[in-house]
Amino acid sequence: MVKENTFAFFLGCLMPNRYPAIEKSTKFVMQKLGYEILDMERATCCPAPGVFRSFNKGDWMVAAARNLCIAEKLDSDILTVCNGCFGTLQEVNKHLKENKEHRELVNEKLKLIGNYEFRGTIDVRHVAEVLGYEVGPWGIEDVIIRKVNARAVIHYGCHFLKPTRIREIESSEGPTIIEEFVEALGIESVRFKEQLTCCGAGGGVKAYDGTASMRIFGEKMKNIDEVKPDFILDICPFCHLQYETGQDYLNKNKSCNYDYPVIHLSQLTAYCMGMDQEFIGLQYQLMGREYIFGGEEKEEEVI
Amino acid sequence: MSENVEKYIKRKVYKSTSSRIAQKFVDAGLEKIRACINCGTCTGSCPSGRRTAYRTRSAIRRALTGDESVLKDIDIWLCSTCYYCYERCPRDIPVTDMIIKLRNIAVEEGYILDSHFGLANDIFYATGHGVPATGENNKKWRDLRESYGLPPLPPTVHSYPEAVKECQELMNAVGFRKLLDNAAKLKEERAQAAKKDKEE
Ligand code: SF4
Ligand code: SF4
Repeated sequence: MVKENTFAFFLGCLMPNRYPAIEKSTKFVMQKLGYEILDMERATCCPAPGVFRSFNKGDWMVAAARNLCIAEKLDSDILTVCNGCFGTLQEVNKHLKENKEHRELVNEKLKLIGNYEFRGTIDVRHVAEVLGYEVGPWGIEDVIIRKVNARAVIHYGCHFLKPTRIREIESSEGPTIIEEFVEALGIESVRFKEQLTCCGAGGGVKAYDGTASMRIFGEKMKNIDEVKPDFILDICPFCHLQYETGQDYLNKNKSCNYDYPVIHLSQLTAYCMGMDQEFIGLQYQLMGREYIFGGEEKEEEVI
Repeated sequence: MSENVEKYIKRKVYKSTSSRIAQKFVDAGLEKIRACINCGTCTGSCPSGRRTAYRTRSAIRRALTGDESVLKDIDIWLCSTCYYCYERCPRDIPVTDMIIKLRNIAVEEGYILDSHFGLANDIFYATGHGVPATGENNKKWRDLRESYGLPPLPPTVHSYPEAVKECQELMNAVGFRKLLDNAAKLKEERAQAAKKDKEE
């Protein structure tokens, strides 16, 4: 039986190794909400659904299954904060549960390194979906101590909702899960042109052709700049990296002058639940370092 | 999809009429590529194609008709795996999976980009992470972790050197190591041949 209110926290790469503020915020939020958060010791890269899967899909599946086994041993569902990790782990988990032939093939390989066997006992969850559907705007309302009165643009990224027939969260053409959740945190979400398209980082494109990646991203930024938000809200450290380094690149190479803070859903929620602005870590990011959350404390604290 | 179409796309590949690429798709259970009606919805949805020379429909078509030049076309590496085409294909073809399959075949035949080879070989295979925090260059990230009250290295493979070895063993066992070495070898051979051609 999978333990209730417990998550095996899958860190991935970018969050722990570049944006530890997101790691800190996620733990803060989940623990305050009453979830137990377990370390997934010895986990590797998910591995990345773009670049790694492009080498050999079978090998990618085996490496992902090893990570899934670590959580199975903890009898806990996996929590991810990254669309890439979610994309890989959710897809492989679902596929191996459904496809006996591949499950056997994968287990044959896993056996070679010892105590690993994919059993298909857990689920893989994304923090945006846990917050959006399980905690919900109705549930977060009671546990926040302050709201941020700001206008934000929301970037869903690609692998959180797509492919819809595998993710089964909500339509990818007009999602509202994050908008509804952050409204409870005082955020007015502003729509912008081509809001749901890719940030241009995935699939190994950023690693292989930085210029092409920046052309896709540059168009995104232009559309965002048209609506002049207070900040950009994302749910993925890879999109986060793209929005950070991308604005920097456009400023240096395309004579732009962007300075939009880039904030992960976990960071925003942690702030509203009482984590100090200092730990949100904007001062260590590339963009919007000076940004201070506005808004006000709620009058009576209900915790 | 009607039974006829189902039968049609699952049919055997005949050597005389079809191609090596098509056979590999069939072997991988991706014979559905044959349901493509060349409508271009995938290209029309593609954020990458809008900004680069990459054309999804054309890549699919070339795979389908056995035009092997598609394997060495570096444009297939411009797909960001955003899944728009996958969502919208009127024939329900998992288009992104097809592009991934094309890349898998390309790598098998030694068409791997240097940046990706480095990522696979020097970073993932060596550390277990795609973006590591080990090494002198990454000290600032470990310091940053500590400033948040987190351990300097996360409790992943980074904290368990023997787990890095374990993953390398696994990658050797599945053939990933061999895949990389072979790709590097084929690439080198091709480079040598090209050099010789030029000299002559
Ligand atoms: S959208 Fe589907 S059917 Fe249309 S060209 Fe692309 S792959 Fe073929
Ligand atoms: S998944 Fe790739 S080919 Fe398909 S629309 Fe996105 S970038 Fe284009």
